[in-house]
Amino acid sequence: MSLSEAHTGMACPGCIAAPASLSRAGRAAGSATHEVQLALPSVHCAGCISAVERGLLALPGISEARVNLTLKRVRIKHDGQQTVESLTAALRGLGYEALPLDMVALSGTANDAAGRDLLMRLGVAGFAMMNIMLLSVAVWSGAADATRDVFHLISGAIALPTVAFSGQPFFRNAWTALRSGRLAMDVPISLAILLATGLSLWETLHSGEHAYFDAAVMLTFFLLAGRYLDHRTRAVARSAAQELAALEVPRAIRLGADGEEIVDVSSLHLGDTVLLKPGGRVPVDGLILSGESEIDRSLLTGESLPVAVGPKAMLSAGEVNLTGPLLVEVTAAGKDTSLARMADLVAIAEEARSRYTSLADRAARAYAPAVHVFALAAFVAWMWQTGGDVRVAINIAAAVLIITCPCALGLAVPAVVTAASGRLFRRGVLIKSGTALERLAKVDTVVFDKTGTLTVGAPDLVDPMRHGAAALGVASALAAGSGHPLAKALATGGRSFAKDLPDPTVSDIREVPGYGIEGQLGETPVKLGRLAWVAPEFLAKEFFALSETATWLRIGDEEPLPFTFSDALRPGAETLVRQLMEQGVDVHLLSGDTAAAVTDTAERTGILTWQADVDPMQKAAFVRSLKAEGRHVLMVGDGLNDTAALTEADVSISPASALDAARVASDIVLMGKDLMAVSETLRIARKSTRRIQENFALAALYNVVAIPLAFMGLVTPLLAALAMSLSSITVTLNALRLR
Amino acid sequence: MNVLIFLIPVSLGLGALGLGAFMWTLRHGQYDDPEGNGARILRKDFDDAPPDDPT
Repeated sequence: MSLSEAHTGMACPGCIAAPASLSRAGRAAGSATHEVQLALPSVHCAGCISAVERGLLALPGISEARVNLTLKRVRIKHDGQQTVESLTAALRGLGYEALPLDMVALSGTANDAAGRDLLMRLGVAGFAMMNIMLLSVAVWSGAADATRDVFHLISGAIALPTVAFSGQPFFRNAWTALRSGRLAMDVPISLAILLATGLSLWETLHSGEHAYFDAAVMLTFFLLAGRYLDHRTRAVARSAAQELAALEVPRAIRLGADGEEIVDVSSLHLGDTVLLKPGGRVPVDGLILSGESEIDRSLLTGESLPVAVGPKAMLSAGEVNLTGPLLVEVTAAGKDTSLARMADLVAIAEEARSRYTSLADRAARAYAPAVHVFALAAFVAWMWQTGGDVRVAINIAAAVLIITCPCALGLAVPAVVTAASGRLFRRGVLIKSGTALERLAKVDTVVFDKTGTLTVGAPDLVDPMRHGAAALGVASALAAGSGHPLAKALATGGRSFAKDLPDPTVSDIREVPGYGIEGQLGETPVKLGRLAWVAPEFLAKEFFALSETATWLRIGDEEPLPFTFSDALRPGAETLVRQLMEQGVDVHLLSGDTAAAVTDTAERTGILTWQADVDPMQKAAFVRSLKAEGRHVLMVGDGLNDTAALTEADVSISPASALDAARVASDIVLMGKDLMAVSETLRIARKSTRRIQENFALAALYNVVAIPLAFMGLVTPLLAALAMSLSSITVTLNALRLR
Repeated sequence: MNVLIFLIPVSLGLGALGLGAFMWTLRHGQYDDPEGNGARILRKDFDDAPPDDPT
């Protein structure tokens, strides 16, 4: 919570610069505003905006609520009465799933300075292009002599500052590339823009017939448009994926010489004693000194059921303490925890993957030298042809450079990726990496994790009424106050199954950490929990020993009744697996959970190849061996035990509920609950890769026609402008066909 | 052709005006939520102003 909430007064740079005004604001403390931003993956229409904004404003203490439909976020200002938790709960009540955003990370990207800068340069280039075109049309339609020269001069007066301002991104990139001895796409682009402008200026001053000011500015405009689309796609996805608040706890309760104190996890040392309250995430690796509780390890190991722990048991950072308070001695903190070590592994694997060369890079690598060679060849050929007329030769070389310049190429990829990720964003899918869609299009093998990925990761009560309404009523009354996942499932599952469930008054409810809950039903003692604690004398009997995953209810001295649970499948899981198999994709299931639980999930989803009790290293090794067979692997996972495999795979997807490290390791994050989005993403990825290839083909076709014309010296400024806009519009329209 | 003496400055002025308007809208965050702005016109409650401090 502390991460996702920030005083607006503190975040404002003006206030830091003026401490006097800050203290004045501090004195008027009662009205201090807090600002919270939440991601709302499911808002999509005008009705949603109204529902969310009205619903939030109806809550006490909220002064402003504003939905941003493009970013799928809501910004809320409140006076401190509300917390992130109460706001997300309120939104869930309205029917919208909400995820807190990290305000610290947000403040860095909120203004999107780079995006606005590009948009400004694009705007300037656009307006200049229109004005120059206005004058150019007059020249093309026959203005001659003094009129033409004046028009060229005015065009030049507009074009020079425009190119100087709007062309900067290309010049800068080209310069960095040249200095490090590389030939990037921006080098021919800069050369074409500069040569066209300089040449036109010279021609204008010498009353020449042709000036390419319009071409130079148009080139800048179209290429900037591609650059801006590219930036926007990435910025939207990256900010949304990274700013989801971190799951790791930044604070812990330390037991020092002078009692309890709340400290930053980073300041904990070996041998410190830490108090863990129920419901909290374990901040360090440690040894339990005292206390009994149950631990949810699902994010680390994939085990779907909580594990009972007591003194002398080891805890790992990232696990969740469920039922009882624990005193823990720190055995590893900060960078040495198993959690952090896993994150290091991820960083190493990440590096390996960034070596993937995108289609655009490969095209540019072949294209950039070719452009220079063509222009040079044109220059040499015409020098020879005209017997050393430099003016004609340079003119034609510039025309070749302008014509071959990758206007269409610069738009071909960004336009498709923008159309694709925009479409996926609306379905709640965030594309973090620019090349993810290309890699995804090749996938022929999918590896799933179980807990939290194929399943919801929360237990679901099986057959609630098997012992009758009365027993269920008692059980859910006992379970109501507990934070244990099985108890929660009992309480909510029972209620939602039968609205008119008897609600007996159970008094003296007491939770015994690690064992269960007991209370009094009138005069009769009732117990809910482990069989060994509820009715130890029944443990020996074979029937009762069978189902360990059950929780047992005993009323008085009656025979104990088992309630069993299964991990509910995520919506769309079965359909997704079936569709993937129909497409001929190999589907595997790898889980750290027990064989029984994994078999159950595999059977329900129809997955044929599965492995249980797999540790993180084995998962990664499995993915590696698939890759060694020449397969293209998609890994879908959410836990810390998946991160190594997620980075090892060709491309990876994780749900928004995943652990931070897993989300960072993935290329794609699913914001919604529905797994069918994976299938949609695959479909779009394949389509968009096809569109990119088509666009390259279109651009090549255009060059095949235009380059010979330019080489022969037949290209006039009019023809150059027509060819350039035609090819750019063709690739953009082709990208928009993506549906 | 003397009419050009007026027409050219007029056309350039109009272009500059358009550019100025574009810069103003950009600075005031009017391109931050194009989808939301499109959807908001369909609502019944009167709400035609952009957010007071654009982020």
